[in-house]
Amino acid sequence: MHGTAAPSEPRHPFLEGLASACTSVFCLVLAGTYIGLGALAHDLGFTSWWFALSTVLIWAAPAQVIVLSSLGTGGALIETAIGVTLSAIRLFPMAVALLPLIRGGARRFRDLLLPTHFTSASMWVESLRLLPKMPQERRIAFCNGLGTGYMGTAVVFGFVGYYLAAGLPPLFAGTLLFLTPMSFLVSTARNSRALVDRIAFGLGLVIGPLLTWYHVQLDLLWTGIGGGVIAYAIHRLRRMVS
Amino acid sequence: MSAVWTQLWPYLALILVGFLPNEVWRALGLVLARGLNPDSELVLLSRAIATAIIAGVVAKLIVFSSGALDTIPLAVRLAAAACGFAAFLLVRRSVFVGVLVGEAVLLAGGFLLSP
Repeated sequence: MHGTAAPSEPRHPFLEGLASACTSVFCLVLAGTYIGLGALAHDLGFTSWWFALSTVLIWAAPAQVIVLSSLGTGGALIETAIGVTLSAIRLFPMAVALLPLIRGGARRFRDLLLPTHFTSASMWVESLRLLPKMPQERRIAFCNGLGTGYMGTAVVFGFVGYYLAAGLPPLFAGTLLFLTPMSFLVSTARNSRALVDRIAFGLGLVIGPLLTWYHVQLDLLWTGIGGGVIAYAIHRLRRMVS
Repeated sequence: MSAVWTQLWPYLALILVGFLPNEVWRALGLVLARGLNPDSELVLLSRAIATAIIAGVVAKLIVFSSGALDTIPLAVRLAAAACGFAAFLLVRRSVFVGVLVGEAVLLAGGFLLSP
């Protein structure tokens, strides 16, 4: 019994990142999210490879929900693009906060391209927690390992969800399809800390189905603009009053 | 020619309206060293719009379900979402508990009430 880990040869930082991804709680969250999204992709008639490619290229679950549900139900392309880009703005401050941590270890600009693409909520949270303790020169490879681990998990469980939805009896397939709206319902609520976000969240829940019910064109876009602007106006009014 | 187009179109659409409008924000983060203040008013408004869009998508997926989820009655889907959300609020804002309770209610309700 050798209780202590051998301190001799430190693992390659890429492998360390990979291992860190697979033992993190986000691995479980990603698995659940992508089983649901894979089932949704199957339900809306996309191929499994198209969905896997969308995970690798987009690498943002909210944007993928918008692309799937919008393209899958014949939504306008421009509406899809606007919805995706608005949902992706949150990636900007994440990238801005993450990159200074790893820039010091980059010899060339292109070393930063892959970590930039891996930027996501899970990767960002774990990097901010783990990178500061790490020597500069190990950080980029570590980030790439972390991102590869998370993305690999997402792709694999996307396939799992896709083929489970294809093969399961309707009640169980329906339960898988329910994973996406249910998990986004609570995770979006959890991320809505400020009042303006909570109001926008509540309004979106009500306005979205109403506009669909009345067959309004570009319903998602109007849901966003309506709910978002009203919530923002309430936030400004409250600040003027107080 | 049109057969090739039919094959390629979903991938082209993925790049044009999925990949590019998403990736532009990561690229901006890389290029602009200091960039936008994450607490600026413009970011606040965009975040509110994006939150409302996601909420709209979620509600549409629950109310106007397609395929296998549509075989479970609307009342069961709404009850499951409400119970899951209540559980999330009650148990330390845990996403895991919320999803678990919502799924359990959907499964039980679907088992009892589906035709």
